[in-house]
Amino acid sequence: MLKLEARPQPSKAMSFASPLIALVLTVILAALLFAALGKDPLKGLGVFFVEPLNGMRSISEVLLKSTPLILCALGLAVCYRSNVWNIGAEGQFLLGAIAGGGVALWLTTEGISGSRGIYSPLVLIAGALGGMVWAAITALLRDKFNASEILVSLMLVYVAQQLLNYLVFVPWKDPMGFNFPQTKTFDASTWLPALLPKSRLHWGFVVALVFVGIFWSFLFRSWRGYQLQVGGLAPAAARYAGFSARTSLWTALLTSGGMAGLAGAMEAAGPLKQLTPHVSTGYGFTAIIVCFVGRLHPVGIVFSGMLLSMMLIGGELGQSRLGLPNALTGVFQGLLLFLLLACDTLIFYRIRWKGAPHAVVPPAVKPATPTTAKEGA
Amino acid sequence: MLRLELVSISKQYPAVKANDNVSLKVQPGEIHAVLGENGAGKSTMMKMIYGAVRPDEGEIRWNGQPVQIRNPQEARHLGISMVFQHFSLFDTLTAAENVWLGLDKSLSLAEVTQRITKVSKEYGLDVEPLRPVHTLSVGERQRVEIVRALMTNPKLLILDEPTSVLTPQAVEKLFVTLRQLASEGCSILYISHKLDEIRALCHHCTVLRGGKVTGEVDPRTETNAGLSRLMIGSEPPQLKHVQAHVGELALELKGLSLVKQSPFGTSLADIALQVRAGEIVGVAGVSGNGQQEFMAALSGEDTRAPAGSIRMFGNDISNASPRHRRKMGLHFVPEERLGRGAVPTLSLAQNTLLTRTEAVSKSGWIRTGQVTRLAADLIARYNVKAGGPGAAAKSLSGGNLQKFIVGREIDAKPKLLIVSQPTWGVDVGAAAQIRGALLKLRDEGCALLVVSEELDELFEISDRLVVIAQGRISPSVPTAQATIEMIGEWMSGLWPRDGAAPRKEAAHA
Repeated sequence: MLKLEARPQPSKAMSFASPLIALVLTVILAALLFAALGKDPLKGLGVFFVEPLNGMRSISEVLLKSTPLILCALGLAVCYRSNVWNIGAEGQFLLGAIAGGGVALWLTTEGISGSRGIYSPLVLIAGALGGMVWAAITALLRDKFNASEILVSLMLVYVAQQLLNYLVFVPWKDPMGFNFPQTKTFDASTWLPALLPKSRLHWGFVVALVFVGIFWSFLFRSWRGYQLQVGGLAPAAARYAGFSARTSLWTALLTSGGMAGLAGAMEAAGPLKQLTPHVSTGYGFTAIIVCFVGRLHPVGIVFSGMLLSMMLIGGELGQSRLGLPNALTGVFQGLLLFLLLACDTLIFYRIRWKGAPHAVVPPAVKPATPTTAKEGA
Repeated sequence: MLRLELVSISKQYPAVKANDNVSLKVQPGEIHAVLGENGAGKSTMMKMIYGAVRPDEGEIRWNGQPVQIRNPQEARHLGISMVFQHFSLFDTLTAAENVWLGLDKSLSLAEVTQRITKVSKEYGLDVEPLRPVHTLSVGERQRVEIVRALMTNPKLLILDEPTSVLTPQAVEKLFVTLRQLASEGCSILYISHKLDEIRALCHHCTVLRGGKVTGEVDPRTETNAGLSRLMIGSEPPQLKHVQAHVGELALELKGLSLVKQSPFGTSLADIALQVRAGEIVGVAGVSGNGQQEFMAALSGEDTRAPAGSIRMFGNDISNASPRHRRKMGLHFVPEERLGRGAVPTLSLAQNTLLTRTEAVSKSGWIRTGQVTRLAADLIARYNVKAGGPGAAAKSLSGGNLQKFIVGREIDAKPKLLIVSQPTWGVDVGAAAQIRGALLKLRDEGCALLVVSEELDELFEISDRLVVIAQGRISPSVPTAQATIEMIGEWMSGLWPRDGAAPRKEAAHA
C-alpha cells in the first residue's frame, strides 16, 4: 500500500525536482493524448517540444513569446508572495496594450517626427501606467469595500477585452483598413528596435531579463519586499511588526499591473505594430502557470516562461502540421499546472511503501519480531 | 497487570535521537508524571503512545498485551486519550463541533453539546460549547481540549502541561478531578515541568533528559531541588531580586476603554494603570478576560484606543502604529510565538527584521550580512539551541524560539517592554533564564509590564501586581503585600471597587 508520510522538514531537493517531475509526467500524458487522437506520439512530441527549438528563427520566436510571459509572471510572483490573488494580469496586459498602442497611434496620426530613443520608452511607460490604473481598480475595491481581488481582477479582464474591441471597431479603426477591426500600422519611430536582424525578437526581451534582476533584489534584498512577503506568510506577524497590509496590497497590485501593462505595450509596439482585438493570446492567464512552475522565483520564471512559450508555439505548429485542435495547448498548460501542484505534495510528504507484514496484523496479536531479534543480538 | 508498559523504545529523527532505549511502566489508577525539559523526548514518547508516531525499536504493551498503535483512532479505541500542548482544534468550527469530530458518530451534535456542558461543570472547566474556536484565547482552547479528552471516558489520559492557564483555584479543582479519575481506575500520564504540582499530585515520576530516562522516583518523597537535578543535571539558578529603583513614569493608562471587535472578545472598560521605569508590573488573570485586547491596544496592533488613554513618557501614543511605538522605545513580546512573534517559514535571521531595522539602509535595502550577524549574536547570547541564523523559526522548540524572541526585544534596549506569557510552555532552565533577563532589564532602568497566567512567575519577578478580569484592571498591590489567595479571589473580579486602596498605595510609592 502506498502511503504519504509527512517529512520532518520540507525537502529542498524536491522543491527543485517537482517542476521537472511534473514536466516529465506532462510529456508522458501528452504522448498518450496524441495516441488517443490517432496521431503518432513521437511526431506529436517532436512538434511540441523539439520543433520550437529547431533553428535560430524558431528559438527567437520562443524568446519573443516568453517576454510577455516573464514580465507578467514577475509581477504576479510579487502578488502571490504577498497573498494578493491577482488573476487579472490578462486585463492589465490589454490595458497596457491600449495605453501604449494609443500613444503610438496618436504619435502616428499626428505625424510628429521623433526618434525611437524617445518614442519607445514613452509607449512603454504609457503601457505600464495603463496596467497600473487597471490594477488600481482592483486594489481600490479591495481596500475600500473588501471586495475579493480574485473576482474583481478576473471580471475586469472581460471589461478590458470589450474596451479594446470597442476601440478597434469604432474610434481607432483604420479608415483605410477595409473595415477590418484594426488600427493603422504604427509609425516606425514607435516600434521597439529588433534585437536580432531578420527576426521579430525585440529589445523587450532584454528589458525583461533586466527586470528579473530587479525583482530578485526587490524580493530578497529590499525592506519593502520583505514586508510584502511577511504579510503573505503570516498576517499576524505583519500586524505585530507594524507592516501595513494596505501598503502591501497597493504595492503588489500596482507592481503586477505595471508589469502586465508593460508587456502589453511591448506586444503592441513590438511584433504587432498595430492594435487588433487579438493583441493577447492569453498571456496574462498563461503567466499564472509560468509563475507557479517557476516557484514564484524570478530566475525560475525565466525558465518556466520559455517552457510555456515553447508549448504555445508547439500548439500552433500542431494545428498547422498535424491538424491538432487548438484547445490542446490549453490542455497541456492545465495538465502541467495540475501535475505541478500534485508533485508539490512531495515537498512536504514522502511516499512510503507500507509492506504487508507490518500493517495488516491486528494490534493485539502482533509479536514485536524485528525489534526483539535485534535486542537478542 | 500494568496498564501501559514501554519496553526499550527508541525513535530516531533525522537530526536527533528523540528517544533512546526508553522504558515506562504505568499502573492502573496511577498518576504518573513524566518530567523533562523541552527537547528531552517527552512529546515524542507521548506521540508514540498515542499512535501519532511509530517507534523504530521497542515494544508497547497495553494491559500486558504487545500492541502496535498505528494511529490516534486506534489509540482512542484502546482507551487512550490525549490533551496536546499544541492544540489540535479547527479554528472555524465551534468548540462543540470540534469535540464532536473526535467522537464516534453515535451522538448527535446537540447531545454532544449537552454532554460538554455537563462534563465541563463536573470538572470545573468553563467552556462555552457554541463559540467558534478562533474566538477563544489560548487558555480557553486548552479547556476545550481537556473536556474533549474527558468525553471519551478514557482508561489512560495523557495531559501535556495542562495547568499553565488555570487559576490556582481551578488547578486545585482539576487535581480533584484527576484524583477522582485515578481512583476510578483511569491511569494518568502527567507531563509537566512544574515540580510543585508533580509533587502534590503524582504517585510516580519518570524523568527524561536528552532522550534517555535519568530517574524513576516517588515525587512525594523528593524535593524540588532533587527533581530538577534529575531533569536538567543541575539546580536552576536562583533569581536575585534586588530592591527596585523606581524612576520616571513610563506608561500611563487612563480611561482606556475599547469595544470588542469580535462578538466573543472582551471589551476593555476604563483601564487605568501606571508603570514606572525600573519596575516590573505583573498582570494576573485567567485567559480570556481581555488580555488579548489589552495587549493589542498597548502594542499598537489595535489603534482604536481613545485619544489620551495611552501615554508613554507623557506622549499620547493611543493611535500610534506599532512601528512608531517601537521607535519611541516600546517593545512587545506576544504570547503566540509562531505566526505572530515570528514567521514560521522564515529563517531566524530574517525574523530579526520584524522588529529590528538597524540592518535596513536609508534607501530601503537590507544588509544581509548584518542581519545574519545580529541573529548569530542573539543565538549565542541567549543560549538558543538552533541550527544557526539560517534555521527556520518553526524548526526550533518552543522554549528556544521564545528565548530568541525575548532576546531580540531585550537586545533592542527598550525603555518599556511589554511581555505576554513570557514562559508559556518553556522548560525550567529556559524559563529561569528568561525571567533572569527580564529582571536584569528592570535593574537597568527599563519599565516592564508582564502579563502571565502563571501566578508563581508573577510573584517571582513582579514589584507590583494587578489583576485583569472581565476587561477591567484591579488596583495595584505591591507583591510583598499580596497573597496567592487574595489574587486568586481578585481573578474572579472581586476586588475593592471604590478606588481607595490604589490611592493609598500610590502614596506609599
